[in-house]
Amino acid sequence: MDPDAVSTEAARNGLTGARLGDNQDPSSHVELLGEHTNMKKALVSIAFGLTASLFATGASAQATLNSVKQKGFLTCGSNTGLAGFGQPDAQGNWTGLDVDLCRAIAAAIFDDPTKVRFIPLAAKDRFTALQSGEVDVLSRNSTATMSRDTQLGLDFPVINYYDGQGFMVRKKLGVSSAKELNGASICTQQGTTTELNLADYFRANNMKYEVVAFATSDETFKAYDAGRCDAFTTDASGLYAERLRASAPDDHIVLPEIISKEPLGPAVRHGDNQWGDIVRWTHNAMLNAEELGVTKANVDQMKTSENPEIKRLLGTEGKFGEAVGLTNDWAVRVIKHVGNYGESFEKNVGEGSRLKIKRGQNALWTKGGLQYGIPVR
Amino acid sequence: MNSVQTAVSQTSPPKKSFLYDPKVRGAFYQVVLVVAIIALFYVAATNAIENLQRAKIASGFGFLNNTAGFDISQTLIQFSAAGGTYGDAFIVGLLNTLIVSAIGIFFTTFLGFLIGIARLSKNWMVAKVAMVYVEVLRNVPLLVQLLFWYIAVLGALPQPRNSLEMGAGFYLNSRGLFMAKPIWASNIGILVAVLLIGLIGTFIYRRWARKQQEQTGRQYPVGKVTLALVLGLPILTWIVLALIGANPISFELPRKGTFNLTGGMQILPEFVALLLGLVTYTAAFIAEVVRAGILAVSKGQTEAAGSLGLTPGQTLRLVVIPQAMRVIIPPLTSQYLNLTKNSSLAVAIGYPDLVQVFMGTVLNQTGQAIEVVVITMGVYLTISLLTSFIMNIYNRRVAIVER
Repeated sequence: MDPDAVSTEAARNGLTGARLGDNQDPSSHVELLGEHTNMKKALVSIAFGLTASLFATGASAQATLNSVKQKGFLTCGSNTGLAGFGQPDAQGNWTGLDVDLCRAIAAAIFDDPTKVRFIPLAAKDRFTALQSGEVDVLSRNSTATMSRDTQLGLDFPVINYYDGQGFMVRKKLGVSSAKELNGASICTQQGTTTELNLADYFRANNMKYEVVAFATSDETFKAYDAGRCDAFTTDASGLYAERLRASAPDDHIVLPEIISKEPLGPAVRHGDNQWGDIVRWTHNAMLNAEELGVTKANVDQMKTSENPEIKRLLGTEGKFGEAVGLTNDWAVRVIKHVGNYGESFEKNVGEGSRLKIKRGQNALWTKGGLQYGIPVR
Repeated sequence: MNSVQTAVSQTSPPKKSFLYDPKVRGAFYQVVLVVAIIALFYVAATNAIENLQRAKIASGFGFLNNTAGFDISQTLIQFSAAGGTYGDAFIVGLLNTLIVSAIGIFFTTFLGFLIGIARLSKNWMVAKVAMVYVEVLRNVPLLVQLLFWYIAVLGALPQPRNSLEMGAGFYLNSRGLFMAKPIWASNIGILVAVLLIGLIGTFIYRRWARKQQEQTGRQYPVGKVTLALVLGLPILTWIVLALIGANPISFELPRKGTFNLTGGMQILPEFVALLLGLVTYTAAFIAEVVRAGILAVSKGQTEAAGSLGLTPGQTLRLVVIPQAMRVIIPPLTSQYLNLTKNSSLAVAIGYPDLVQVFMGTVLNQTGQAIEVVVITMGVYLTISLLTSFIMNIYNRRVAIVER
């Protein structure tokens, strides 16, 4: 299913619930027990976090950049494994769109994209891990919502992937629309906006369903694949990623309805504005680079460009980097090590990947999408 | 030893300084400790509140009244995403934990006693089978067993469209066990009354039979009469009522729907897997407790019972088990507590127990980790203390009464 078609369908249906949804995470290679070890680790981290929040004298504003520099690496809360967004390979190298954002931040600070420690987090543990200081930034396909912004003590500086929630079913069920799912049992991951959207959607359409919620995306998808549920629901991008892991991917179809808006982006702790700025401008540098035609390959030649916008972006004019606590060539570092947004997209989720997701809403604004780089000025 | 103590007390001055009085010192340290603990909690609480406020994280227990907005697969009370609050979700999770624990404790006691007694059987085969059961089940982590049951239960069962029909309105498929749901008519009261009469009758009959036996030594068929009064009488009433056209119970049978069977009652596979895992695992421990209890009863007791002419069954039931219970009950209580606490592993197989619903979904949707974790810990503590309390009362009843 083409995400473009998917999103127009969503607009037609006008089914964007008041509470917006979420994401999940698969991990084909992490076996069941490994998954639980992760869960245990996350629980341990929550326990530590709780103890810390009881006795520590809270992290003061502006502290994150200093502590990252002191540690010598960035801790990045990532998915336990979602193809295209954040997943470790057999050698333990993390790749994905969300992973690239963390690498870009590390590149901007250290000029070295490998100075990142990835902490895999289940959906239900991720915000606690960020709140407690276990991770510096949470880049884990998390939906920005008002309550998360205002009640969880978080900030979502940018949206790095515009998504929406969809459904996957087995072909042999003969279902062609989510409206036909009355009475179905549906597998979902707990602690996500997905869980809330699902309830909203079935209530709004006066349909019944049986929800089966699991702690991790891995357990959720395995249960669906084993036949526990008729349908599996998550963000559309996640559906395409998960389908690759099914025992027979061609037996499953993604239904056309998109039932929610899922603006996915990195989250940081509320109150450290400098750190929020660094995350915001790292993403914007990648967007602006794409718009200005600056790529991983040509960034060094571009330094001699006479285009004032490129000069400001690459730090040959002005002192924009120093103003956020970085060096003036911060954007050069990001682009040289990670590439611009378009390059990262194509490599991880686009034509260069197994997912083959079209840019759709995630195209630059100049090409009809929603990704709009704020000017460096 | 004794002489040393006497020597010390002789050399120490008869009048002690107030500061060196061990009683005063003891009390002093106790007070210091209590104050330190209270101060620690106070510092932790105020510090946490301050940190939460600075981080703009919501705090307090007000969230319990907010609309939850999500659905739960097994709800013993009315709960829907539309009106249910986080507080209701908490109760749903709590009841799900309690029901799986209560049913689990019932079955695991039965199975545990059976296997414990079987391990002491004179039949070599029976004893070895029981031994293998105990060693295998006790030495494999519970989480692995739960996943085994869940995946085995899931994997082996057919899809809804090919549901196994087991007769009498029972169906089995990968979505669980489906059965007819009884619908009570308005005259169900008659049946309840008859059942009550049967129970009271049984109680009176048993007392009478016991008295007769003590006085005359004559034995009466207690088991058969109990069965007839408790089961036979209500069933007979039901049949009579049905024949005269006033059937008090009708059944709603599961029907085939678009996706799954609809109507009737459904038992979730998650529930079955969790129950099976908890019961079989805990039974292995209870079996060992029971075996230890029986072995603790002196062999002379069995021999004495045998010389009185009691059958082996009667010896076990009337002589050995009542004495073994004194040894069995304290460790049995801790196995009950373990089962209740282990039910929180439900989180791994998607059964909506307290931890899965409250510490999973609710914690994540509200972000109020401290409150949610404190409530959950309080609940498990309360359940455990209540179980201990009840078992202690029972223990006191069976304990040796010292004269």
